[in-house]
Amino acid sequence: MTPIIGARIVHKEFPAITRHRLALYCGASGDHNPIHVDLDFARKAGFPDVFSHGMLVMAYLGQALTDAVPPPRLRMFSTRFVAITQLGARLTCEGHVSEFVEHDGERCAKLALTTKDENGDLKLTGEAVIAL
Amino acid sequence: MVDQSAVGREFTTVTARVEPGRLRFFLDTIGETNPLYRDETAAQAAGYSAAPVPPTYLFCLEMMDATIPFEFLTALNIDLARVLHGEQRFDYHAPVVIGDTLTFRPRVTGVSEKKGGAMTLVVIETSVTNQDGVQVADISRTVVIRNPRPS
Repeated sequence: MTPIIGARIVHKEFPAITRHRLALYCGASGDHNPIHVDLDFARKAGFPDVFSHGMLVMAYLGQALTDAVPPPRLRMFSTRFVAITQLGARLTCEGHVSEFVEHDGERCAKLALTTKDENGDLKLTGEAVIAL
Repeated sequence: MVDQSAVGREFTTVTARVEPGRLRFFLDTIGETNPLYRDETAAQAAGYSAAPVPPTYLFCLEMMDATIPFEFLTALNIDLARVLHGEQRFDYHAPVVIGDTLTFRPRVTGVSEKKGGAMTLVVIETSVTNQDGVQVADISRTVVIRNPRPS
């Protein structure tokens, strides 16, 4: 693997997020926070509707990442949840090689990651460190 | 309101087993079809002893097997309805595969105020070890608390 700085090596699009998907993720992830599945609870908390678990969005980004990079090479994966991901969002995950770094004595590439919705609105930014 | 006195606070250790059925439910939910996560032969060809977990699944294992759900919220007197996820980080040190039994040790490592007290950020770091005592990962989660306006 000889990546080039600036090369886009991660790119994947995901289907629209449905209420059903959020209910499944609630069960599959163990994150039972009602704000993601119970409209009454979400409204009482001041939101117009339920919204996606941040970690569902990060799971999609992780999937896009390990489609492109062999999982045994992944050393670090981090994200910042920039904005709430609404119901119906169709997400696109991307990653570009940003720099080469030494990570715990290993030569690695750092990737700059983003997840945007169908309007191009940024939902999540992140970084990954990949052993070369 | 959460303040600096919470820093250093430790929560109940969570023990979680990586079970194939629960993992398949997660893979199906996120639409993950990579054979590495589903097929032991493909996993072994990649150097694993069994199918590995996808990158964010450690977060789920800790939540699924916690004996006290959202313990950090109740322990710190935080209203679940006021919490958002701010940041998340995983540092991977060794593989985690189906059949492993993991121990999660969460603790508060930081509390800070944002936007003139409108928000409080709480950082919780969790070290993860496996059944052989190998440290497999470090997890860091930043939660954002939307504080009520002072009346």
